[in-house]
Amino acid sequence: MSTTSTTGTTAVARAPEARAASGGNVHAYLLHVAGRLGGAAVSLLAVLVTSFFLFRIIPGDPVKAMTHGMPTSAEQMATLRRQFGLDKPMWQQFTDYCANALTGDFGMSYQFHAPVGDLIAQKVPATLLLTGVAVVIYSAIGLWLGTRSAWRHGSLGDRLNTGMALTLWSVPGFWLGLLLIITFSVGFGPLPGMFPTGGMESGNETGFAYVIDVAHHMVLPVLTLVAVGYAQTLLVMRSSLLDEMGSDYLTTARAKGLRDDVVRRRHAVPNALLPTVTMVFINLGHVAAGSILVETVFSWPGLGGLFYQALSVPDLPLVQGLFVVFAGAMIVMNLLADLLYPLLDPRVGR
Amino acid sequence: MTTTPTPPTKQVTPGTGPATGPVRTARSLAWERRRHSMARFWSSYRTHRAGLFGLAALALIALTALTAPLLVGSDVQSVTAAPGTAMEKPSGEFPLGTDQFGRSLLGLLVWGARISLTVGLLAAALSVAIGTLVGIIAGHYGGWFSTVLMRITDWFLVMPTLVLAIVLATVMSRNIWTVVIAIGVTSWPTTARLVRAQTIAVESRPYIERAKALGGGHTHIMNRHVLPNVMPLVLAQTTLGISSAILTEATLAFLGLGDPTVVSWGGMLQDAREAGAVSSGHWSYLAPPGIAIALVALAFTLCGRAIESVLNPKLGVAR
Repeated sequence: MSTTSTTGTTAVARAPEARAASGGNVHAYLLHVAGRLGGAAVSLLAVLVTSFFLFRIIPGDPVKAMTHGMPTSAEQMATLRRQFGLDKPMWQQFTDYCANALTGDFGMSYQFHAPVGDLIAQKVPATLLLTGVAVVIYSAIGLWLGTRSAWRHGSLGDRLNTGMALTLWSVPGFWLGLLLIITFSVGFGPLPGMFPTGGMESGNETGFAYVIDVAHHMVLPVLTLVAVGYAQTLLVMRSSLLDEMGSDYLTTARAKGLRDDVVRRRHAVPNALLPTVTMVFINLGHVAAGSILVETVFSWPGLGGLFYQALSVPDLPLVQGLFVVFAGAMIVMNLLADLLYPLLDPRVGR
Repeated sequence: MTTTPTPPTKQVTPGTGPATGPVRTARSLAWERRRHSMARFWSSYRTHRAGLFGLAALALIALTALTAPLLVGSDVQSVTAAPGTAMEKPSGEFPLGTDQFGRSLLGLLVWGARISLTVGLLAAALSVAIGTLVGIIAGHYGGWFSTVLMRITDWFLVMPTLVLAIVLATVMSRNIWTVVIAIGVTSWPTTARLVRAQTIAVESRPYIERAKALGGGHTHIMNRHVLPNVMPLVLAQTTLGISSAILTEATLAFLGLGDPTVVSWGGMLQDAREAGAVSSGHWSYLAPPGIAIALVALAFTLCGRAIESVLNPKLGVAR
């Protein structure tokens, strides 16, 4: 596997971190880090700018949207404008917004009359729990099935596997959620309702019973996210393993007399994993945004549900703040993937 | 580098080989070549069973959508002239039952195909058009201009597409074009990256140098030499793009961001949820629109993957 020699003077085949850190590579890696950090900072700035202009330059009066068609006198409108700083010149609004946003202040929500930052902070744990669990499960399933599929590509099992994954991938997640609710929560035919229809907790449990209760509430939403999400990991793993399978080093490993199983686990899979690792990170970045629908359908008290609530008003500061958070999560996860990649794969980033 | 440009002494139409027949214009030769490659493409595509299934499903759905006015009549959407009573169970007259306004669900499902397909096709076309334009320009010109274009592309690539589309659909007025634009302008970066890579690969070939030596300008090279070569890739990308555009359209409609005056599959699901079809276990209201969305999305995905693997056998994906 790791035959790529380093320019370092000391040990060659140590842990990847050690290898990256040895000799002259530190310099290259630091340059890489600096470049990526700079890129991420620029992206974040661009997101801030977008979320500002998206709501001001595109036709539509924020104050009109705020009052939502209700009869409002010109004075009231002017008061609202002043209250939300909308009467100031555009450039001043923009600098104020940027300065506030950098300190995590996205203004007051129109509908909850509370700071947007606090509202978002309250909802983060629920989303992290739900989507974190889902991503871990579907990455594992996707990797496992993808490996099996590629190793026996063209077989009936592979075709069934890929076909199933593609079908589930085409299914709208929110619809699958609704069907699961009908089947397992409402009850279908002789089947009683086994799972709660929504929410995160029943409200009267403590200690260990609380953990069980939350887990019970999580089953259906996690199932939905996993079902529509694992296909991507499966397909990436499958095609990257298929790429590796023609390689000479696998022939060598087999010629040494290694068992098929060992060749797969020790030789082929670790190399094929690399693109999938990036994928997992990108998925982690996506989940906050990707769970909007599932959280809405299952009334999960997370960021996605909050976003939906904010949309229906529309509560512009809240939508704006959540937009920055969702995009920021993507940028941070991409950054992490970029930074990890050269450590995992010595061929990259040199 | 290796090729020396032929001096432009004779006014021969470019591309003519040794003349075999009496009248062989460049045009007829080009068409013959295209026919050949289409035949080659088809015979290769035919071996992908999944791709054929997708194609057949698409043909069926497209036919249904086109003949919908004959099949169910355009008054199927009307809330006032609804033929049945609210929330009927499936019966002989209404095979899927009725919705909360007494409209036939089967009729709505057939009618909904029109909106879902139209929005999906238009949005994918818009997205691919932007992506191809940006990709070819960035690949052709290079330099700082290209760097700036690709920076913008990268930035769009990092943005959560669905969130951006939702935000766009929220701030603009509610109609079909809003949805098309919201999907189109958020999903082009992947195409742009692919097309740029392909453009750079094509432009490194000697015949581009020859075209330049013969006096071909930027527009000529991009239109006549690069574009035909990236077209197959763009086709595959479009097919895959349609399936995700249809899913996004359904999502937006489900969130109540679609055009409220037309019936679409996503909108039907939203109506079903609002009418309490979930808690009352009204299967025939909830299941069919979702199955329709999944079927269309799957059909486009299967076709796209088959096209992709015909064009690039190394991928080995669809088999």
